[in-house]
Amino acid sequence: MNNPPDVSQDPKEYEEYAHNVQKHVRGYLMVGALLLAFTAITVALSYVDFGARKANVAVAMFVATLKAGLVAAIFMHLAAEKRLIYRILIFTGFFVFGLFWLIFLAWYDYPVFH
Amino acid sequence: MEIPYTVSTRPDTGLWNAKVGIWLFLASEVMLFGGLFSAYIFLRLDAPPGMWPHGLLNVPVGTMNTAILIMSSVTVVLAWAALKMRRYRAYWWYMLATILCGVIFLTVKLVYEWPQKFDHFGAYIKPEALGNYEQYLGNEHAAAKGLPPRLEITGHLHNRAALNDPNIKDYEVALDPVNADPINPAMDRPHFFYMPPTDKIAKIEKEDVQYATMFLPKHSAYFASYFTITGLHGMHVLGGVLVFIYMWLPVSKKLYQRNPEHLANRVEVAGLFWHFVDLIWIFVFPLFYLL
Repeated sequence: MNNPPDVSQDPKEYEEYAHNVQKHVRGYLMVGALLLAFTAITVALSYVDFGARKANVAVAMFVATLKAGLVAAIFMHLAAEKRLIYRILIFTGFFVFGLFWLIFLAWYDYPVFH
Repeated sequence: MEIPYTVSTRPDTGLWNAKVGIWLFLASEVMLFGGLFSAYIFLRLDAPPGMWPHGLLNVPVGTMNTAILIMSSVTVVLAWAALKMRRYRAYWWYMLATILCGVIFLTVKLVYEWPQKFDHFGAYIKPEALGNYEQYLGNEHAAAKGLPPRLEITGHLHNRAALNDPNIKDYEVALDPVNADPINPAMDRPHFFYMPPTDKIAKIEKEDVQYATMFLPKHSAYFASYFTITGLHGMHVLGGVLVFIYMWLPVSKKLYQRNPEHLANRVEVAGLFWHFVDLIWIFVFPLFYLL
Protein backbone atom coordinates (compact mmCIF):
# COMPACT_ATOMS: atom_id res chain seq x y z
CA MET A 1 0.00 0.00 0.00
CA ASN A 2 1.46 3.34 -1.03
CA ASN A 3 1.23 6.43 1.09
CA PRO A 4 -0.95 9.37 0.17
CA PRO A 5 1.04 11.87 -1.88
CA ASP A 6 1.88 15.28 -0.48
CA VAL A 7 -0.92 17.79 -0.75
CA SER A 8 -0.96 19.66 -3.99
CA GLN A 9 -1.01 23.43 -3.82
CA ASP A 10 -3.35 23.48 -6.80
CA PRO A 11 -6.97 23.65 -5.54
CA LYS A 12 -8.22 21.83 -8.62
CA GLU A 13 -6.19 18.78 -7.79
CA TYR A 14 -7.14 18.98 -4.15
CA GLU A 15 -10.46 17.18 -4.40
CA GLU A 16 -8.88 14.23 -6.11
CA TYR A 17 -6.22 14.22 -3.41
CA ALA A 18 -8.75 14.18 -0.56
CA HIS A 19 -10.44 11.25 -2.22
CA ASN A 20 -7.09 9.48 -2.40
CA VAL A 21 -6.43 9.90 1.33
CA GLN A 22 -9.95 8.65 2.01
CA LYS A 23 -9.01 5.39 0.29
CA HIS A 24 -6.03 5.01 2.60
CA VAL A 25 -8.22 5.57 5.63
CA ARG A 26 -10.08 2.37 4.81
CA GLY A 27 -6.72 0.57 4.69
CA TYR A 28 -5.74 1.94 8.10
CA LEU A 29 -9.00 0.72 9.61
CA MET A 30 -8.50 -2.72 8.11
CA VAL A 31 -4.96 -2.95 9.47
CA GLY A 32 -6.28 -1.92 12.90
CA ALA A 33 -8.86 -4.70 12.77
CA LEU A 34 -6.18 -7.18 11.67
CA LEU A 35 -3.96 -6.16 14.59
CA LEU A 36 -6.82 -6.70 17.05
CA ALA A 37 -7.50 -10.12 15.50
CA PHE A 38 -3.82 -11.05 15.77
CA THR A 39 -3.86 -10.02 19.44
CA ALA A 40 -6.75 -12.41 20.09
CA ILE A 41 -4.87 -15.12 18.17
CA THR A 42 -1.72 -14.57 20.25
CA VAL A 43 -3.67 -14.93 23.48
CA ALA A 44 -5.49 -18.04 22.25
CA LEU A 45 -2.30 -19.70 20.98
CA SER A 46 -0.55 -19.15 24.31
CA TYR A 47 -3.02 -21.61 25.87
CA VAL A 48 -2.31 -24.25 23.23
CA ASP A 49 0.42 -26.69 24.24
CA PHE A 50 2.90 -26.93 21.38
CA GLY A 51 4.89 -29.60 23.18
CA ALA A 52 7.72 -27.44 24.49
CA ARG A 53 7.67 -23.96 25.97
CA LYS A 54 10.27 -22.97 23.41
CA ALA A 55 7.78 -23.79 20.66
CA ASN A 56 5.16 -21.57 22.31
CA VAL A 57 7.69 -18.74 22.56
CA ALA A 58 8.58 -19.15 18.88
CA VAL A 59 4.92 -19.08 17.80
CA ALA A 60 4.13 -16.01 19.93
CA MET A 61 7.19 -14.15 18.65
CA PHE A 62 6.27 -15.02 15.08
CA VAL A 63 2.79 -13.50 15.46
CA ALA A 64 4.24 -10.48 17.30
CA THR A 65 6.72 -9.92 14.47
CA LEU A 66 3.87 -10.05 11.94
CA LYS A 67 1.97 -7.44 13.96
CA ALA A 68 5.06 -5.25 14.33
CA GLY A 69 5.64 -5.54 10.58
CA LEU A 70 2.10 -4.33 9.88
CA VAL A 71 2.49 -1.36 12.21
CA ALA A 72 5.85 -0.44 10.72
CA ALA A 73 4.84 -0.92 7.08
CA ILE A 74 1.41 0.74 7.12
CA PHE A 75 1.06 3.02 10.15
CA MET A 76 4.68 4.16 10.05
CA HIS A 77 4.60 4.34 6.23
CA LEU A 78 7.72 2.21 5.87
CA ALA A 79 6.15 0.35 2.93
CA ALA A 80 7.00 3.38 0.81
CA GLU A 81 9.55 5.69 2.36
CA LYS A 82 12.56 7.68 1.19
CA ARG A 83 15.91 5.96 0.85
CA LEU A 84 17.59 7.87 3.70
CA ILE A 85 15.16 6.39 6.24
CA TYR A 86 15.89 2.86 5.04
CA ARG A 87 19.59 3.58 5.40
CA ILE A 88 19.12 4.71 8.99
CA LEU A 89 17.14 1.55 9.68
CA ILE A 90 19.73 -0.74 8.13
CA PHE A 91 22.29 0.69 10.56
CA THR A 92 19.85 0.23 13.43
CA GLY A 93 19.14 -3.36 12.43
CA PHE A 94 22.85 -4.12 12.25
CA PHE A 95 23.55 -2.80 15.73
CA VAL A 96 20.49 -4.41 17.31
CA PHE A 97 21.50 -7.72 15.81
CA GLY A 98 24.98 -7.22 17.28
CA LEU A 99 23.48 -6.44 20.67
CA PHE A 100 21.45 -9.64 20.75
CA TRP A 101 24.33 -11.62 19.33
CA LEU A 102 26.57 -10.50 22.21
CA ILE A 103 23.94 -11.72 24.65
CA PHE A 104 23.95 -15.16 23.10
CA LEU A 105 27.76 -15.28 23.13
CA ALA A 106 27.70 -14.38 26.83
CA TRP A 107 25.08 -17.02 27.46
CA TYR A 108 27.24 -19.76 25.96
CA ASP A 109 30.04 -18.65 28.28
CA TYR A 110 27.95 -19.73 31.27
CA PRO A 111 27.07 -23.40 30.72
CA VAL A 112 24.97 -23.68 33.87
CA PHE A 113 21.44 -24.82 33.02
CA HIS A 114 21.71 -25.62 29.35
CA MET B 1 14.96 32.20 13.81
CA GLU B 2 12.94 30.26 11.31
CA ILE B 3 13.50 26.51 11.41
CA PRO B 4 14.10 25.39 7.84
CA TYR B 5 12.39 22.56 5.98
CA THR B 6 9.46 21.98 8.34
CA VAL B 7 7.13 21.54 5.38
CA SER B 8 9.14 21.66 2.20
CA THR B 9 11.63 18.89 1.52
CA ARG B 10 15.35 19.39 1.81
CA PRO B 11 16.93 18.75 -1.58
CA ASP B 12 19.78 16.51 -0.42
CA THR B 13 17.73 14.21 1.87
CA GLY B 14 14.46 14.38 -0.04
CA LEU B 15 12.66 14.74 3.31
CA TRP B 16 11.49 17.48 5.64
CA ASN B 17 13.84 17.73 8.59
CA ALA B 18 11.66 16.52 11.45
CA LYS B 19 11.13 13.21 9.71
CA VAL B 20 14.86 12.51 9.59
CA GLY B 21 15.08 13.65 13.20
CA ILE B 22 12.35 11.37 14.50
CA TRP B 23 13.78 8.34 12.71
CA LEU B 24 17.23 8.97 14.17
CA PHE B 25 15.59 9.27 17.57
CA LEU B 26 13.62 6.06 17.03
CA ALA B 27 16.85 4.32 16.03
CA SER B 28 18.31 5.26 19.42
CA GLU B 29 15.08 4.10 21.08
CA VAL B 30 15.44 0.72 19.39
CA MET B 31 18.86 0.39 21.00
CA LEU B 32 17.50 1.46 24.41
CA PHE B 33 14.71 -1.12 24.40
CA GLY B 34 16.94 -3.62 22.61
CA GLY B 35 19.32 -3.54 25.57
CA LEU B 36 16.48 -4.22 27.99
CA PHE B 37 14.97 -6.96 25.87
CA SER B 38 18.32 -8.68 25.48
CA ALA B 39 18.74 -8.49 29.28
CA TYR B 40 15.32 -10.10 29.57
CA ILE B 41 16.32 -12.93 27.22
CA PHE B 42 19.58 -13.48 29.12
CA LEU B 43 17.88 -13.56 32.52
CA ARG B 44 15.14 -15.80 31.30
CA LEU B 45 17.37 -18.33 29.54
CA ASP B 46 19.56 -18.56 32.62
CA ALA B 47 16.72 -18.85 35.13
CA PRO B 48 16.99 -22.17 37.02
CA PRO B 49 13.99 -24.50 36.62
CA GLY B 50 11.00 -23.13 38.54
CA MET B 51 12.55 -19.68 38.95
CA TRP B 52 10.77 -17.94 36.05
CA PRO B 53 7.17 -17.40 37.16
CA HIS B 54 4.23 -17.93 34.82
CA GLY B 55 0.68 -16.73 35.07
CA LEU B 56 1.23 -14.00 37.68
CA LEU B 57 -0.15 -11.21 35.50
CA ASN B 58 -3.77 -10.52 34.66
CA VAL B 59 -4.18 -11.63 31.03
CA PRO B 60 -7.64 -10.12 30.23
CA VAL B 61 -6.50 -6.74 31.54
CA GLY B 62 -3.25 -6.97 29.55
CA THR B 63 -5.21 -7.95 26.43
CA MET B 64 -7.53 -5.00 26.91
CA ASN B 65 -4.59 -2.63 27.26
CA THR B 66 -3.04 -4.08 24.11
CA ALA B 67 -6.28 -3.47 22.22
CA ILE B 68 -6.49 0.09 23.58
CA LEU B 69 -2.98 0.86 22.38
CA ILE B 70 -3.69 -0.60 18.92
CA MET B 71 -6.87 1.46 18.64
CA SER B 72 -4.97 4.60 19.64
CA SER B 73 -2.48 3.86 16.86
CA VAL B 74 -5.40 3.76 14.42
CA THR B 75 -6.92 6.99 15.72
CA VAL B 76 -3.63 8.88 15.52
CA VAL B 77 -3.11 7.87 11.91
CA LEU B 78 -6.73 8.87 11.20
CA ALA B 79 -6.07 12.22 12.89
CA TRP B 80 -3.14 12.75 10.57
CA ALA B 81 -5.19 11.75 7.51
CA ALA B 82 -7.94 14.15 8.62
CA LEU B 83 -5.42 16.99 8.70
CA LYS B 84 -4.17 16.03 5.27
CA MET B 85 -7.77 16.29 4.08
CA ARG B 86 -8.09 19.62 5.94
CA ARG B 87 -10.84 18.44 8.26
CA TYR B 88 -9.89 20.05 11.54
CA ARG B 89 -12.95 18.93 13.51
CA ALA B 90 -12.39 15.30 12.60
CA TYR B 91 -8.73 15.74 13.55
CA TRP B 92 -9.75 17.20 16.90
CA TRP B 93 -11.97 14.23 17.72
CA TYR B 94 -9.45 11.61 16.62
CA MET B 95 -6.78 13.33 18.68
CA LEU B 96 -9.06 13.39 21.71
CA ALA B 97 -9.70 9.65 21.25
CA THR B 98 -5.95 9.01 21.07
CA ILE B 99 -5.29 11.00 24.24
CA LEU B 100 -8.07 9.17 26.07
CA CYS B 101 -6.69 5.79 24.99
CA GLY B 102 -3.27 6.74 26.34
CA VAL B 103 -4.75 7.96 29.61
CA ILE B 104 -6.81 4.78 30.04
CA PHE B 105 -3.72 2.65 29.36
CA LEU B 106 -1.70 4.49 31.99
CA THR B 107 -4.54 4.49 34.51
CA VAL B 108 -4.98 0.73 34.21
CA LYS B 109 -1.24 0.29 34.74
CA LEU B 110 -0.82 2.66 37.66
CA VAL B 111 -4.13 2.27 39.47
CA TYR B 112 -4.83 -1.40 38.94
CA GLU B 113 -1.98 -3.55 37.64
CA TRP B 114 1.04 -2.29 39.56
CA PRO B 115 -0.72 -1.79 42.94
CA GLN B 116 -2.16 -5.30 42.68
CA LYS B 117 1.40 -6.61 42.34
CA PHE B 118 2.62 -4.54 45.29
CA ASP B 119 -0.15 -6.19 47.33
CA HIS B 120 0.74 -9.76 46.40
CA PHE B 121 3.14 -11.89 48.43
CA GLY B 122 5.53 -14.68 47.55
CA ALA B 123 7.85 -16.84 49.67
CA TYR B 124 10.57 -19.00 48.14
CA ILE B 125 11.00 -22.12 50.27
CA LYS B 126 14.49 -23.40 51.14
CA PRO B 127 15.36 -26.50 49.09
CA GLU B 128 15.68 -28.70 52.21
CA ALA B 129 12.26 -27.57 53.50
CA LEU B 130 10.30 -28.10 50.27
CA GLY B 131 8.99 -31.43 51.54
CA ASN B 132 7.29 -29.77 54.54
CA TYR B 133 5.09 -27.79 52.19
CA GLU B 134 4.29 -30.53 49.71
CA GLN B 135 0.55 -30.05 50.39
CA TYR B 136 0.84 -26.52 48.97
CA LEU B 137 3.44 -27.16 46.27
CA GLY B 138 2.45 -30.54 44.86
CA ASN B 139 5.92 -31.21 43.52
CA GLU B 140 5.39 -34.98 43.25
CA HIS B 141 2.46 -34.26 40.98
CA ALA B 142 4.48 -31.69 39.05
CA ALA B 143 7.42 -34.09 38.61
CA ALA B 144 5.10 -36.89 37.43
CA LYS B 145 3.65 -34.50 34.84
CA GLY B 146 7.08 -33.30 33.74
CA LEU B 147 6.35 -29.76 34.95
CA PRO B 148 9.05 -27.50 36.43
CA PRO B 149 9.31 -27.67 40.22
CA ARG B 150 7.32 -25.23 42.35
CA LEU B 151 9.61 -23.42 44.74
CA GLU B 152 7.39 -20.54 45.82
CA ILE B 153 4.16 -20.13 47.75
CA THR B 154 2.17 -17.06 46.76
CA GLY B 155 -0.99 -15.30 47.90
CA HIS B 156 -2.26 -12.54 50.13
CA LEU B 157 -0.11 -11.88 53.20
CA HIS B 158 -2.38 -11.56 56.25
CA ASN B 159 0.22 -10.50 58.79
CA ARG B 160 2.11 -7.91 56.82
CA ALA B 161 4.06 -6.93 59.91
CA ALA B 162 5.87 -10.25 59.55
CA LEU B 163 7.91 -8.79 56.72
CA ASN B 164 9.79 -6.47 59.10
CA ASP B 165 9.20 -7.83 62.59
CA PRO B 166 11.76 -10.51 63.54
CA ASN B 167 9.60 -11.58 66.52
CA ILE B 168 6.90 -12.91 64.22
CA LYS B 169 7.96 -16.42 63.36
CA ASP B 170 5.72 -17.20 60.41
CA TYR B 171 3.90 -15.74 57.42
CA GLU B 172 0.13 -16.23 57.28
CA VAL B 173 -0.78 -16.44 53.63
CA ALA B 174 -4.21 -16.70 52.01
CA LEU B 175 -3.09 -19.03 49.25
CA ASP B 176 -3.34 -18.48 45.54
CA PRO B 177 -5.44 -21.21 43.85
CA VAL B 178 -2.36 -23.01 42.55
CA ASN B 179 -1.00 -23.42 46.09
CA ALA B 180 -4.41 -24.11 47.63
CA ASP B 181 -5.03 -27.05 45.31
CA PRO B 182 -1.66 -27.89 43.75
CA ILE B 183 -2.44 -31.42 42.51
CA ASN B 184 -5.54 -30.31 40.62
CA PRO B 185 -4.61 -30.80 36.92
CA ALA B 186 -6.45 -27.52 36.17
CA MET B 187 -3.59 -25.76 37.99
CA ASP B 188 -0.88 -27.21 35.75
CA ARG B 189 -1.04 -24.28 33.38
CA PRO B 190 -1.81 -20.58 33.92
CA HIS B 191 -5.42 -19.49 33.54
CA PHE B 192 -6.78 -16.84 31.24
CA PHE B 193 -8.91 -15.21 33.92
CA TYR B 194 -7.31 -13.89 37.07
CA MET B 195 -8.04 -16.09 40.08
CA PRO B 196 -7.83 -14.21 43.38
CA PRO B 197 -6.29 -15.77 46.50
CA THR B 198 -8.51 -18.34 48.22
CA ASP B 199 -9.70 -18.41 51.84
CA LYS B 200 -7.31 -21.25 52.60
CA ILE B 201 -4.61 -19.96 54.92
CA ALA B 202 -1.16 -21.47 55.24
CA LYS B 203 1.39 -20.77 57.93
CA ILE B 204 4.88 -20.67 56.50
CA GLU B 205 7.69 -20.79 59.04
CA LYS B 206 10.24 -18.07 58.43
CA GLU B 207 12.97 -20.63 59.14
CA ASP B 208 11.90 -22.56 56.06
CA VAL B 209 11.86 -19.50 53.83
CA GLN B 210 14.81 -18.62 51.67
CA TYR B 211 13.43 -15.32 50.48
CA ALA B 212 10.07 -13.62 50.94
CA THR B 213 8.79 -10.35 49.57
CA MET B 214 5.84 -8.64 47.98
CA PHE B 215 5.77 -8.66 44.16
CA LEU B 216 8.26 -5.80 43.88
CA PRO B 217 11.22 -5.50 41.50
CA LYS B 218 13.37 -7.20 44.16
CA HIS B 219 11.11 -10.26 44.13
CA SER B 220 12.76 -11.86 41.12
CA ALA B 221 14.56 -11.27 37.83
CA TYR B 222 11.11 -11.62 36.27
CA PHE B 223 9.54 -8.74 38.20
CA ALA B 224 12.71 -6.65 37.98
CA SER B 225 12.56 -6.79 34.19
CA TYR B 226 8.76 -6.48 34.17
CA PHE B 227 8.77 -3.25 36.17
CA THR B 228 11.76 -1.81 34.31
CA ILE B 229 10.40 -2.46 30.83
CA THR B 230 6.74 -1.64 31.50
CA GLY B 231 7.86 1.40 33.54
CA LEU B 232 10.01 2.76 30.74
CA HIS B 233 7.27 1.97 28.26
CA GLY B 234 4.74 3.75 30.48
CA MET B 235 6.94 6.84 30.57
CA HIS B 236 6.94 6.81 26.77
CA VAL B 237 3.15 6.59 26.75
CA LEU B 238 3.03 9.54 29.15
CA GLY B 239 5.40 11.55 26.94
CA GLY B 240 3.30 10.79 23.86
CA VAL B 241 0.08 11.81 25.63
CA LEU B 242 1.60 15.14 26.72
CA VAL B 243 2.69 15.92 23.16
CA PHE B 244 -0.72 14.95 21.79
CA ILE B 245 -2.45 17.19 24.35
CA TYR B 246 -0.34 20.10 23.12
CA MET B 247 -1.30 19.33 19.53
CA TRP B 248 -4.96 19.09 20.50
CA LEU B 249 -5.15 22.39 22.41
CA PRO B 250 -6.29 25.63 20.72
CA VAL B 251 -2.67 26.77 20.42
CA SER B 252 -2.24 24.23 17.63
CA LYS B 253 -5.32 25.46 15.83
CA LYS B 254 -3.44 28.72 15.27
CA LEU B 255 -0.68 26.79 13.56
CA TYR B 256 -3.30 24.96 11.52
CA GLN B 257 -4.77 28.26 10.33
CA ARG B 258 -1.33 29.58 9.46
CA ASN B 259 0.06 26.45 7.82
CA PRO B 260 -2.02 23.24 8.01
CA GLU B 261 0.73 21.16 6.45
CA HIS B 262 3.10 22.10 9.27
CA LEU B 263 0.68 20.78 11.88
CA ALA B 264 0.09 17.65 9.79
CA ASN B 265 3.83 17.02 9.74
CA ARG B 266 4.06 17.51 13.49
CA VAL B 267 1.26 15.02 13.99
CA GLU B 268 2.95 12.58 11.65
CA VAL B 269 6.20 12.76 13.61
CA ALA B 270 4.45 12.40 16.98
CA GLY B 271 2.43 9.58 15.42
CA LEU B 272 5.61 7.77 14.37
CA PHE B 273 6.76 7.91 17.98
CA TRP B 274 3.37 6.65 19.14
CA HIS B 275 3.40 3.71 16.70
CA PHE B 276 6.84 2.81 17.96
CA VAL B 277 5.53 2.75 21.54
CA ASP B 278 2.69 0.51 20.32
CA LEU B 279 5.23 -1.70 18.55
CA ILE B 280 7.24 -2.16 21.77
CA TRP B 281 4.07 -3.17 23.61
CA ILE B 282 3.31 -5.76 20.91
CA PHE B 283 6.42 -7.60 22.13
CA VAL B 284 6.08 -6.79 25.84
CA PHE B 285 2.58 -8.22 26.06
CA PRO B 286 3.29 -11.83 25.02
CA LEU B 287 6.74 -11.94 26.67
CA PHE B 288 5.49 -10.96 30.13
CA TYR B 289 1.81 -11.86 30.20
CA LEU B 290 1.56 -15.00 28.12
CA LEU B 291 4.83 -16.92 27.99
